Amino acid sequence: MSTTSEPAEIIVPVAQPKPNGPAAAALLAAGIGSLILGLLTTLAEASPAIKAALTWVAAVGPLSGKTGGAVIGWLVVWVVLGFLWRGRDVNFGRVWLVTLLLVGLGFLGTFPIFYELFTVK
Amino acid sequence: MSLTDREFWTVIHGMGLGAIFLLAFAGGLAGLWSLRAELVTVGGLRERLPRLEIGTLVMALVAWLTVIIGTYVVYPWYRDPSPTSPRSLLLADPNKALWHTFGMEWKEHVAWLAPILATAVAYVVIYYGPRLAQERRVRNALLVLFVLAFAAAAVAGLFGAFLNKVAPTL
Repeated sequence: MSTTSEPAEIIVPVAQPKPNGPAAAALLAAGIGSLILGLLTTLAEASPAIKAALTWVAAVGPLSGKTGGAVIGWLVVWVVLGFLWRGRDVNFGRVWLVTLLLVGLGFLGTFPIFYELFTVK
Repeated sequence: MSLTDREFWTVIHGMGLGAIFLLAFAGGLAGLWSLRAELVTVGGLRERLPRLEIGTLVMALVAWLTVIIGTYVVYPWYRDPSPTSPRSLLLADPNKALWHTFGMEWKEHVAWLAPILATAVAYVVIYYGPRLAQERRVRNALLVLFVLAFAAAAVAGLFGAFLNKVAPTL
């Protein structure tokens, strides 16, 4: 019976570092997109005029404008930040904290008990 | 045994895409969690990275398909002004109105956070590639965003299932 020892584990070689700007831009844009969704949802409750303006598709109602606006805003911000931060390193910790805050605000703004506080009676 | 058009699209929206989303999330979460330089060999990284990239990309694509079909195909039937639409039936019954005023209202908005967050995760995973194994802070951030994307979809999915039970879209 012959025994063969397991080959030593090969550790992943250090891959070339990449500038974190493009990643930070993607995360921050997602945070801003979330905030826009929460903001538009709350604003539509607070103002019948805004609610009407956000009715882009009649069958869907204002949800079409709230979500459409958020998606457009998110993409525009992503393109702009991606351009500005291309090939650059930014303070990732700070960007991540701001992103978390913005995503949190997005969740809050889309929560009915919160946005109905602003409903025009 | 047959499904109406509305039932068919509701099943596609909720069960079909929902199941794929859940699978992609589970795979993506495990992949992100274990993608650490100290845990993977070169061979291991080569084997798991494509799966992680595909998993996060599929999750993002499925999330987009789900919200687009939900909003533009199923939701108009739900909110139809006729007295027999699910929304009208729920609002007409004080015991069920909260399903719309809280459940549907939350679901229809929060669901859209899922594809936005999932897309950001997929992009960053693909951008970093193998380097992600050495970027602990970025990986942790992605894990949090990934879970938040899932949480948004889970709220929407749970309320969708309940709503379809209480007031089916027929």
